[in-house]
Amino acid sequence: MKRLIVAALLAGTVFSHAASAFADNVSQYIPLPTYRVGAYASSGELWWAGERDYFRYINEVEGGVEGVKLDYEEFETEWSPDRTVEVYERVKAGKNGSPLAFFFTHGTPATYALLERAAADKIPLIDPAGGKTEAVDGTVFPYAFPLLFSYYSQASTGINYIASKVGGLDKLKGLKIATVYHDSAYGRASQPAVEVLAKKYGFENIQIPVADPGNEQSPQWRQIREQKPDWVFLRTWGVSTVVALKTAQRFGFPADHIVGDVWAGSESDVIPAGAAAIGYSALAPYPGGTEFGIHKKLKAEILDKGKSDLRDPKLFGAVNYNIGLVNAALAVEALRTGYKHFGARPLNGEEGRWAFEHLTINDRRLEEIGFKGLLQPIAITPTDHEGGGAARIQSWDGHKWVLQTDWIKADHELLNPLIKEGAAAYASEHSITPRTPQTETN
Amino acid sequence: MSMFLETLIGGLLAGAMYSLVAIGFVLIYKASGVFNYAQGSILLFGALTFVTLTENGVPAYGAIAITIALLIATAIAVEKLLLRPLTNRSPMTLFMATLGLSYVVEGVAQGIMGSQVRALNLGIEDLPIFIGDILISQFDLMAAGVALALVIALSLLFNRTRIGIQLRGVADDTRAALSLGIDINRIWQIVWAVAGIVGLVAGLLWGARQGVQFSLSLVVLKALPVLIIGGFTSIPGAIVGGLIVGAGESLAETYIGPFLGGGITPWFAYALALVFLFIRPSGLFGERSIERV
Amino acid sequence: MAELDLRATAEPADLVGLKAIGLAVVTALALAAPFFVSEYWINAIIVPFLILSLAGLGLNLLTGYAGQLSLGAGAFMMVGAYATFALQLRMPELPLPFALIVAGLIAGAVGLVFGLPSTRIKGFYLIVSTLAAQFFFEWLFLKFPWFYNGNSSATIALSRGLSFFGLDANGPHGRYYFTLGIVTLLTFLSFNLIRGQTGRNWMAIRDMDTAAAVIGVPVLRAKLQAFAVSSFILGIAGALWAFAYLGSASVQSFGLHRSYQVLFIIIIGGLGTIRGAYLGAAFVSLLPLALDWLFQYLFSGQVDAGLLQNIQKAIFGILIIWFLIREPEGLSRLLAIRRTASRRLFPS
Repeated sequence: MKRLIVAALLAGTVFSHAASAFADNVSQYIPLPTYRVGAYASSGELWWAGERDYFRYINEVEGGVEGVKLDYEEFETEWSPDRTVEVYERVKAGKNGSPLAFFFTHGTPATYALLERAAADKIPLIDPAGGKTEAVDGTVFPYAFPLLFSYYSQASTGINYIASKVGGLDKLKGLKIATVYHDSAYGRASQPAVEVLAKKYGFENIQIPVADPGNEQSPQWRQIREQKPDWVFLRTWGVSTVVALKTAQRFGFPADHIVGDVWAGSESDVIPAGAAAIGYSALAPYPGGTEFGIHKKLKAEILDKGKSDLRDPKLFGAVNYNIGLVNAALAVEALRTGYKHFGARPLNGEEGRWAFEHLTINDRRLEEIGFKGLLQPIAITPTDHEGGGAARIQSWDGHKWVLQTDWIKADHELLNPLIKEGAAAYASEHSITPRTPQTETN
Repeated sequence: MSMFLETLIGGLLAGAMYSLVAIGFVLIYKASGVFNYAQGSILLFGALTFVTLTENGVPAYGAIAITIALLIATAIAVEKLLLRPLTNRSPMTLFMATLGLSYVVEGVAQGIMGSQVRALNLGIEDLPIFIGDILISQFDLMAAGVALALVIALSLLFNRTRIGIQLRGVADDTRAALSLGIDINRIWQIVWAVAGIVGLVAGLLWGARQGVQFSLSLVVLKALPVLIIGGFTSIPGAIVGGLIVGAGESLAETYIGPFLGGGITPWFAYALALVFLFIRPSGLFGERSIERV
Repeated sequence: MAELDLRATAEPADLVGLKAIGLAVVTALALAAPFFVSEYWINAIIVPFLILSLAGLGLNLLTGYAGQLSLGAGAFMMVGAYATFALQLRMPELPLPFALIVAGLIAGAVGLVFGLPSTRIKGFYLIVSTLAAQFFFEWLFLKFPWFYNGNSSATIALSRGLSFFGLDANGPHGRYYFTLGIVTLLTFLSFNLIRGQTGRNWMAIRDMDTAAAVIGVPVLRAKLQAFAVSSFILGIAGALWAFAYLGSASVQSFGLHRSYQVLFIIIIGGLGTIRGAYLGAAFVSLLPLALDWLFQYLFSGQVDAGLLQNIQKAIFGILIIWFLIREPEGLSRLLAIRRTASRRLFPS
């Protein structure tokens, strides 16, 4: 018995590079570091289902990207950045003749952990609506892509939405806006932006930390009851969001004056909160819902044919599922951009970087791929790794998310100097010479 | 002043929720000398089973009955497969075994019932009650009531039933109990089953508060300071310990927290427990079996 | 439970020679390994295995030899890592190896402080002290930007990487030898410590501390020594984990799960043995990978991935319980039994 275990141990690690389902080498390898176990599995499993369903759709219905099939493979990480590092090391050499064009980190702490390594290995880290905000400046961070919506943009869009509710940006003066945040690097990530915005528009900026995991928040919301802010910006994650909403109800703070960030705006955050979440709004660079074009295609080809990775088909169109769809679509369109330039064959990291840095998806293309309204029009460049910086606002009505607005853009004029400053500081600390993309030939 | 009273009362009530969890630990420790790290996972398992059943149309009472049956089955399995083979081993070994058990229970529970977060509605809205200027949570008040009812029920069990007396005998002096012909294995099964049911009650209340999800099993980390302060072997101690921890955390976060940047709750309870241990190494109500060096 | 060598007869002469040859072979293999093993193996399997062994060694001194239960391994590793970062950042003239030693001393001092309660509290209750350390440092190193130099990701990394005395140990080979060197050195030092008076004092405290006090063992001092030395080693292991393995780390790398992991390592490997740390680390780092591979190979595509992962978790738990039942003294005892059994078969 023990011998069997020892043999299995050795065999397992020696053969951990076993052949995958695709034997031919005209497929692009896409490893997925996932988490289906642990505290964040509930969001994760929908995310991977969205990615897998879209990739499957591309492979089976569209015959791949420009003919190149996608070879995607999952690896469990339990959301631990250490384990994601191990997975990264395992897969960075690629598989079956296909190098790695990019690496989804699927989590901000994992991005932080892999930043220097990926830069050295020249593999782009893709972390939409997350990651290190300074990495928006691609001249210092050529291999980090906090796509779509950085933490600074989140703060700015949130403030813009609040302004629209009170009658204009000039009406923000004198208001009190409290940020209840998860006491971690993630939760604090938008503080610099909120500070700058508070100075510009003259609102009082109150910051209230919630220690992890945040299942008892009476002191924090009691403080809010005392200080009576006009609006609350919720920058929590996981169980702390649910408890925040319920405690807010207990202390009489109205849910429709709470705006949550991207990672506090999914079904797992509002369903357990019950009635306390009705009226709560969240920033949605990936709205929930099934009314988008892609859902109709997926329903016909994947969901109804039983090919979906979803364990519960009722969750089709959930926010986290749509996050997966958007992530996958970004990857596919980037690869397409790359294939058109380099040829329809698997790309490596440097080519992947080029591909992402020249990724443009306009309204017409969004219409074509069925993502209009679900994904914002984006244009990523070597100097701007965010590419869009806008979100819609959705509110929870007790049963589903209802979109309230179209795409609200962040105040990039205000935020860009902040980002450049942070990037420059990082560059000097790590002795990085910023690129000059105009001089690059590729 | 009213802010202070409100913080205090709110903290005490939150502490009652901690006590609920701690009681499960006390039962098992009293009877089998094991700190059952898996109590948190059993909490999750109970709440998850209940919610899965009710979501699939089983009426509430039926769901409770089935869940209790499953918990009893789990208790019997644990006694046969874990406690019996590990009799007379060091507390550390048993603790590590329950850590392993927690992985098993979590893996099975989430593997079968999925990891999606579930809402649990017990019919009590978390709306405030006002006494003068002081805000009190209706939900927490009810939870405190449940905790009290549980304590009364358990004390009746221990003092008035034959099984309860046998249990106390086993807790006081295992060998003497054995020599009297008490079936230790049966007692352990019963205790683990009762602890499971207590865990179910706690799991339902915590689940209603924050949704039934994986982090429910992390309440065990809050139970430890409660047990240290109250004593591992005393149920009234668990209540008192819970109240102290709840009130302490709440007051500390409000009054000390701002000086330290806030967010001090994770370690404050442990620091408090440490201070208590120095003063009373066996906890407020625990047995004085800790020898001084 | 202790691995005291109580054999009255000396080992047969030729077996001593065999042992020496064995040692030489292992040394040669260890030194030559990077040349015939892939980069992935070095980066992701061997280096973390060595570091976890070191951590297990540190914890074993405290929990296995001195009998003081501790759930704070993660905290002391954290202190060592953050101390190394602070030293390299604010005193860059101090070469890395010395910074590691100083960081270890800082971790040792912290361990001493959190070990003070052991003078009054015994047994299972002692975990409260180390758990307090665990949660306190998780809070401290995240709360005050001074500790991570204010960067937005709250992570620490050495800006020069592993470079000292003109050498650049940043590639896989460099990191491997650097780690191997430190781990070997500290193992050797621990070995001597255990064989000496300190080790005997510790084992006396573990087995029967009242009697130990009676015969004159300085119980208080020995306990605090155990905390200090153990935390010293854990601190260095933490620094290695952060900078020789991961590259950049934050408090998440050293959370409660890390403390559990190191405790698993020594329990499965064998409490109170030096080699137990190595065996346990091999088991704990390789088993999840092997299980993963096995399951992917057997079930991939047919069974829901979430179910698969949860089953793996359950199996890990079952294996731990099984191990604790079957062999409470861990893998090292299993191997010792095997060895004596084979010796009986081939007596010469």
